[in-house]
Amino acid sequence: MRFARSLIHRLWLPVALVAIWFLFSWLGLISPLLLPSPVDVVRSGFELLGNGELARHVAVSLTRVLQGFALAAVLGISLGAAIGLSPAFDKSVDWVLQTLKPIPPIGWFPLVVLWFGIGEVSKVFIIFLGAFFPILINVVDGIRQTDHRHVELARVHEIGWWRFLTWVIIPGSLPSTFTGLRIGMGFAWTCVVAAELIAAEAGIGYLIVDARQTFHPDVLLVGILTIGILGTVMDAGLRQLDRRLIRWKQPFRGGA
Amino acid sequence: MLSQLISSSKRMLDVAARPFQSGTSPAPVVTTQGTLTVSHCDKSFLIGDQLTPILRDVSLTVEAGQFLCVVGGSGCGKSTLLRVIAGLETAERGSVALGDQVVTKPGLDRGVVFQEHRLLPWLNVWQNIDFGLSQSVRSGRDRIIADHIRLVGLEGFEMLHPGQLSGGMAQRAGLARALVNHPRVLLLDEPFGALDALTRWQMQTELLRIWEAERATMILVTHDIDEAIYLADQIIVLGGRPGNVRQRFQVELPRPRDRGASGFAELRREIWDAIFLKDDGDTSSFERERLLAELVAESHAT
Repeated sequence: MRFARSLIHRLWLPVALVAIWFLFSWLGLISPLLLPSPVDVVRSGFELLGNGELARHVAVSLTRVLQGFALAAVLGISLGAAIGLSPAFDKSVDWVLQTLKPIPPIGWFPLVVLWFGIGEVSKVFIIFLGAFFPILINVVDGIRQTDHRHVELARVHEIGWWRFLTWVIIPGSLPSTFTGLRIGMGFAWTCVVAAELIAAEAGIGYLIVDARQTFHPDVLLVGILTIGILGTVMDAGLRQLDRRLIRWKQPFRGGA
Repeated sequence: MLSQLISSSKRMLDVAARPFQSGTSPAPVVTTQGTLTVSHCDKSFLIGDQLTPILRDVSLTVEAGQFLCVVGGSGCGKSTLLRVIAGLETAERGSVALGDQVVTKPGLDRGVVFQEHRLLPWLNVWQNIDFGLSQSVRSGRDRIIADHIRLVGLEGFEMLHPGQLSGGMAQRAGLARALVNHPRVLLLDEPFGALDALTRWQMQTELLRIWEAERATMILVTHDIDEAIYLADQIIVLGGRPGNVRQRFQVELPRPRDRGASGFAELRREIWDAIFLKDDGDTSSFERERLLAELVAESHAT
């Protein structure tokens, strides 16, 4: 019963949106060239699934995202840890990072293409740039949030540096680190599509551009929805991991 | 001199008799008499850009194994005094010594129970105590931890996280963690201030039992006069701004103490007077009432 109610809570809005969309198309209020009927979109979705086209493009984009994201996670966490733990290192890199941070990843693209060509490297690099800063900033923030009362406790108990790092700083900064990873993953998806829109021969972004140029708005919508679904699935995966690792924290879920 | 010698050797015997020390882990070496002395300590803090004196010329002596309570209203510097003894703050003038060792920084010979339990939220009870146990103890850690969980009566709750514990249980875990290294002095900063009255009484009785089992020197800071009389061998009344020692009391009532006994009430009256009457000799009755109301309000609030 509770499950059913929760399902209704989650389902009514998407169902209503699709219903309105269908109704508008069915009544002929919108040109199918601008917005094809959901029936057409679903049909071409199955078509692309059947002939393996969608899977191919997804695999290409997913590989790029995972490569760029993994690089950003490794570098963001290690550099963030170094900044958070060493004031000298923090000061040394602060101005450089502050200057680079506001540059939108796509702004780098022309330069990156100049360096690496339009191959995989440049796309992975753009994704890396997009995911890197949110991860870095949140890791540093997590370390900075270490409770001074726990520092005192460690002094009273003569806790060594390594033990303090592994028992206090790392678990304490995990929630913030996961926030960074989730935001970074979101940016990674944004960046892969943007990069593929500009120059690519495969990938979801390419699928979308190609569909527009060949007048297939239904395929275009399949591409857009796929991006949304994939992003959600990956975020849900990270959230699951987050929940498993950080059981001690009770999140506020709104309401009373 | 002779009595000192006897109590010293008795202490060593006590240490040797502790079940968790009789194994392979070495017993802590008791090198000197464990008398704790605070001599003429001054301490001030920079509040804004103003150097505000908090403690002035505070001296006290606690014999090994004695129970000292420090009482006083809010802002009299009693927590600061405890922090100076813990080595978390350094006095500008004067010194703190445990035996013949001058205190300059925190150390395992002084355990601390904080006002809030200060458990690490991501660790369960067992892990929190493990965190507190000195890393130099290599073997028999599990037994030492289990013994201290039993000592504070938390058997069966080892796997719970601080978020799942009641206030009293969390403070018990904090107590076990502070005792796990067998400190010679246990410093308690209003440890039961945030508990309800019934739990507080229960914890006071428990603390006496633990004190009798461990024979550590206890220094407990509180604004609860009854708590001080119930627990202490010696009570020091701290007062004024900056805080200094107003008066010292020896409590010679037999334990367990009866909160309703006439000796108890008499002492309570005297301590009230020490806190409120002797305010620089001539505090107006109005000022006295105000302070009294503040103190009562505070003890109700916590």
